[in-house]
Amino acid sequence: MADILGAEVDEEGFLVDLKDWTKEIAVEMAKGDDIELSEEHWDVINFLRDYFEEYQIAPAVRVLTKAIGKQFGKEKGNSKYLYSLFPYGPGKQGCRFAGLPKPTGCI
Amino acid sequence: MSTKKFMYLNRRAPYGTVYALESLEVVLVAAAFDQDVSLSFIDDGVYQLVEGQNPEGIGMKNFSKTFHALGDYDIKQFYVSAESLEERGLSLDDLMPLVWEDEDDDWAEKPSIKVVSNAELTKIMSEQDVCLSF
Repeated sequence: MADILGAEVDEEGFLVDLKDWTKEIAVEMAKGDDIELSEEHWDVINFLRDYFEEYQIAPAVRVLTKAIGKQFGKEKGNSKYLYSLFPYGPGKQGCRFAGLPKPTGCI
Repeated sequence: MSTKKFMYLNRRAPYGTVYALESLEVVLVAAAFDQDVSLSFIDDGVYQLVEGQNPEGIGMKNFSKTFHALGDYDIKQFYVSAESLEERGLSLDDLMPLVWEDEDDDWAEKPSIKVVSNAELTKIMSEQDVCLSF
């Protein structure tokens, strides 16, 4: 079984146990995708973690887009901005960095 | 893609079987595909909406929190059987205060739960394109 900094991940790179997550793991996962995490990335990652804590699910992209726009400003509330941060998809890649399971309904 | 009216009928207690959790998963999938989704709760299904659930002792996650997210998925119709509530000594006050935000009304929060009689529920069900029972 593959692991990142000692934490077990599944075949798609998602953490098996959510409790294993650390910021260092997120940084390491991003490095594997040639991404250096900026403050903007962390805004989204932290948002995803808070959302999951509150609702026990990862948000659908459409819900995420709307919520990010509401919280961080209209210019950020669009999928173009989110895809510029997470080229493999804000849901899929963002949730992976945030240590969350793959979003429901995400293909 | 054309939109259909989907109703998810929930008849079982939230824990003990996987039906309630699976229903919620399917609801989220349908919502992600922009369908017109409503939920109904009858028999022991009404327990799924009770406020203050804590299934930690049986090693389950408290997925009732997820119902609070459904307003953001444009799921704003939760029909609850008045008869089923009454048979169990419950009332609307025992249920979670679920709301949705109305974009056309300055994001005002509006209640999602509607307590209806079984006769009304029958009528609402007959207006659906698809009813899925869990």
